[in-house]
Amino acid sequence: MSNVLRPYLAAVRSTLTAALTLENFASQVVERHNKPEVEAGGSKEVLLNPLTISRNENERVLIEPSVNSIRLSIKIKQADEIERILCHQFTRFMMQRAESFIVLRRKPVQGYDISFLITNTHTETMLKHKIVDFIIQFMEEVDREISEMKLSLNARARIVAESYLTAFNT
Amino acid sequence: MAPEIYNLAQTPITSHAFSPDRNQLAVSLNTNDVQIYSRQGNEWAVAETLSEHDKLVTSIDWAPHSNRIVTASQDRNAYVWQEMPDPETGKLVWKPTLVLLRINRAATHVRWSPKEDKFAVASGARAIAICSFDSENNWWVSKLLKKPIRSTVLSIDWHPNNVLLAAGSADMKARVFSAYIKEVDERPAATVWGSKLPFNTICGEYASPAGGWVHTVGFSPSGDVLAFASHDSSISVVYPGGPVHNIRISSLPFLTLTWTSEDSIVAAGHDCQPVVFSGSEAGWQGIGSLDDTTAPKATDGVRSGYGGNTSVGRLKTGAFATFRDADSRGQSTISGSSSPSADTKLLTVHQNTITSVKPYEIQGDQVIRVSTTGVDGNLVIWDVATVTAGGASAMTARLGSTHLR
Repeated sequence: MSNVLRPYLAAVRSTLTAALTLENFASQVVERHNKPEVEAGGSKEVLLNPLTISRNENERVLIEPSVNSIRLSIKIKQADEIERILCHQFTRFMMQRAESFIVLRRKPVQGYDISFLITNTHTETMLKHKIVDFIIQFMEEVDREISEMKLSLNARARIVAESYLTAFNT
Repeated sequence: MAPEIYNLAQTPITSHAFSPDRNQLAVSLNTNDVQIYSRQGNEWAVAETLSEHDKLVTSIDWAPHSNRIVTASQDRNAYVWQEMPDPETGKLVWKPTLVLLRINRAATHVRWSPKEDKFAVASGARAIAICSFDSENNWWVSKLLKKPIRSTVLSIDWHPNNVLLAAGSADMKARVFSAYIKEVDERPAATVWGSKLPFNTICGEYASPAGGWVHTVGFSPSGDVLAFASHDSSISVVYPGGPVHNIRISSLPFLTLTWTSEDSIVAAGHDCQPVVFSGSEAGWQGIGSLDDTTAPKATDGVRSGYGGNTSVGRLKTGAFATFRDADSRGQSTISGSSSPSADTKLLTVHQNTITSVKPYEIQGDQVIRVSTTGVDGNLVIWDVATVTAGGASAMTARLGSTHLR
């Protein structure tokens, strides 16, 4: 069971690499505008087929490529109520600070917990393989982060309960 | 011979064009201006800035015989620049001439015709404007090729007979049109593409093999063969009335191509290296890359911080963390292997997508050197003869199939 995450992340990595072949593309709907086609959705021919990579029913990634932008949405594993609350708070915290993450979207796509919007400007100003690394690293870290928070939450609850109950013990 | 590498900027170069004597270079550095660089020894220095556009300049072409520059931009305009003496100082400066394009979306690509009496502007208005000079009013007037284009035209190329025009567009088709203008052109001789060629005749329409946007088109030097590359990572060579050869490649798609002789093509794109294809009517194949990715390059030792595992929080130290990481993340810290993706530099000369490749030096009917510019701000001049076989996909090797840490 040592390599359980590896094929999943490798699939995301190679899909993302192929999807990040973006170019500057001015809108063909609105004059003198230039906007991410995956968000505007004005011209169907510049959108590519969206692709879902799923590890199991609770963990999946949706990649929607287009000519000048891609949208990547992640469904984070949520096994129980605590994890659901932690995940909600965690993604909310991140998305409120979306501009400091540059590629983060302020709202997730329906059915997912967090979304990234990468445009051609990002692939021009940043190293493309580093953007891919960033997303992969985020996916690695977020599970660990949430399970760690859950552990410390449980530990804290235990300590609180113990110190509360010692009052009745005497 | 090693390629000549010049770093012009840290910003993307959207387009480049050399002067006829190759001592000057017009580039657009992802801005609204066009910079003219002139060669000073081994360096390029900015000589002049042409600013008239008010949106991103998308394409530049420099006419080799009449020494005129045409620029196209996302502000829906194109300008023809001509070097004229300044009335006060007598110095030669570039002056713009208006072009009545009559398009209402971004202009994406521009090319002078071989005789330099016309130029074509591709646009996002699902049209191509064929412009010719109206000396009465001292401006350029245009005629639009509209049917049957159904999406943004991404690239165009002229046939050597000055009449036929190839266009690749985002509706997954490459087409050959007649751009015959009665006032300008003489009646063209019959070619393999057709004999009667009134304006807007469609001489050929070819779909990309797996439905990808056609990023680039190019006529062979004789004009009898058409090549196009599309977003489905394929390059197609069309013999009118004969076979259409599709070559599927295993790396990322090409954005630009140029013919170097009647039997070879140099194509480049998202894979960051120029790749050479060669063949004839019997068949085409990729023969290798101009970029020797296995050659030792000067490493600048830039390492990112991703490699190191920082241990914060409890339960993250020692054997527990090692085994948990191996279990849940497929990551082994035991072997002590440094991550291959920790290195920020790619193995190719260009560090990002190549957006344009153009012939640089021509000897007889062979192009012996080509120039490329890309999103990384580099200008590289390659010797076409030095082909390294096997270096098929450095980018995908780095990005796609590297094993995870």
